[in-house]
Amino acid sequence: MNFWTNPIQVTASWLMSLFTGWGMAQSLANILINLLGIVILVTIMLVIDIMLVWIERKVVARFQDRLGPNRVGPFGLIQPFADIIKLFIKENITPVGVDKVVYNLAPVLSVFSVLILWAIIPLAPTILGVDLNVGLLYLVAAGAIGTLSIIMAGWSSNNKFALLGAFRQVAAMISYEIPMVVALLIPTILAGTMGMLGISQAQQGMWYVFLSPLGALIFLISAVAELGRAPFDLSEGESEVVAGFHIEYSGMKFGWFYAGELLHAFTFGGFWGILFFGGYHFFGLENWGPLVAAAIVLFKALLGYWVIMWIKYTLMRIRIDHMLAFNWKFLVPLSLVVLMVTALLNTLLRGISAWIIGLSMFLANALIAWITIEILRARTQTEREKVEGPSQPTMEAVQH
Amino acid sequence: MTILFLITAVVILASAVMVVSSRNLVHAALWLVSALFGVAVLYALLNAGFLAVVQVVIYIGAIAILFIFAVMLTRREMRDTGPGLNQNWWISALISLLTFGGLAVLLSNWSGFSQTSPAIPSGFDAVQSLGKALISPDAFVLPFEVASILLVAALVGSVYIAFNRK
Repeated sequence: MNFWTNPIQVTASWLMSLFTGWGMAQSLANILINLLGIVILVTIMLVIDIMLVWIERKVVARFQDRLGPNRVGPFGLIQPFADIIKLFIKENITPVGVDKVVYNLAPVLSVFSVLILWAIIPLAPTILGVDLNVGLLYLVAAGAIGTLSIIMAGWSSNNKFALLGAFRQVAAMISYEIPMVVALLIPTILAGTMGMLGISQAQQGMWYVFLSPLGALIFLISAVAELGRAPFDLSEGESEVVAGFHIEYSGMKFGWFYAGELLHAFTFGGFWGILFFGGYHFFGLENWGPLVAAAIVLFKALLGYWVIMWIKYTLMRIRIDHMLAFNWKFLVPLSLVVLMVTALLNTLLRGISAWIIGLSMFLANALIAWITIEILRARTQTEREKVEGPSQPTMEAVQH
Repeated sequence: MTILFLITAVVILASAVMVVSSRNLVHAALWLVSALFGVAVLYALLNAGFLAVVQVVIYIGAIAILFIFAVMLTRREMRDTGPGLNQNWWISALISLLTFGGLAVLLSNWSGFSQTSPAIPSGFDAVQSLGKALISPDAFVLPFEVASILLVAALVGSVYIAFNRK
């Protein structure tokens, strides 16, 4: 066992011998080492978060045919640090009539709900915080704390727009939690465990995106809705509720919400990569060592984050009634059907070779997608006839 | 472990007192969230990770949020005025003291009270055992199904009430 095969364990045992050599009790040293690990992980995530500001601004610039930050440092790399300094030296305004404790607690909880997710993300078989056997439920529980932080911010700001924005956002988050939980059950069924490490290991042969492309798609859509990003950015709206739940926050308190949102998008990109795109597996490259595996996971997280940004800057926003109808009338039934078909096939085909299982699951998903599109087409036809009257024969039909 | 338990217990009790004594209803709901989170920590201390996470998902993610929604939608003034106690306060104090005393006596007479819990064998998957117990016919499949039917009935009822006939 050397540093390159198991860096966390080796460092921890070296620190343990160092601390006990100073005459510290073993239990105290253990607590201290765990605390140190948490502090280091959180610090790394927050430093990545600072760079995410640069990535987000640069990518949105490319999507909008601009250059993005390019004045401070090479490629504008020092721009996010300038942003952070600006946020820090801004005046922290606390409006009259806010509920002080709740008002100040909300941004903290917002970032907290994202940072605790990194406790269960397996960067490599040996680099992970904790392998909870209820990992996916933990993801949902952390989302619950995020929902709470938004409603706290909206209520304590003593502002009608903030409250309305929070209501919209929380309504969307609670609704889209259902297809998300159902989509999370698909990797659970395929891997036979809810632990993130078990799901990563189970994808050694085949990534789950091939077994359940619809599941991956549903998870991505509900993750974007959970993040409150476009096209589901209902909490914001310059002509309706201004900035939504964080309208009364300024300076670094707003900065925490902003940082939390960016890190949340990155984290959900990571979960998308781990649950459906093989985690740290990348054609045997992960065998080069845990640090390479960690780099693969972070690369997949960045790719997922890029897809989320791609959606955000390409699609128009959706009206709130359309959004909720899309969830309850389309995503929830679709996700339940996909879940049932996946569970059934997984039980029926147990023991057959992996290739046949993969092929039949993929074909089943394609069939579900085709039926869904046909149903949607028929529905569009009836809706259109209701509005425009019975359909007229087209020019082509007349000519024949 | 004991220190953690004591801290959690103090937090739960203090939050519970604040739930009933806080004049602002939204504050009361937030203190309730704190108390429920403390209970989740207790579950985690007892190695019941599944219950701890489910406690957070259901009680904080669903019930507490609905409480806050309901509190915000019911009254314009979310502040309760008037005295917090009426003249029957001593009866409720007596009843709660008697209940506490009775429970304490009952528990101290129980044979398992002074025993330490046996260590959990390695490789024991509590989630898997729970899942199997919920669907096996000689365990809890009947209560599980009955609870499911109850929830479906509640769902159908709420849809029926909220349904907008054109």
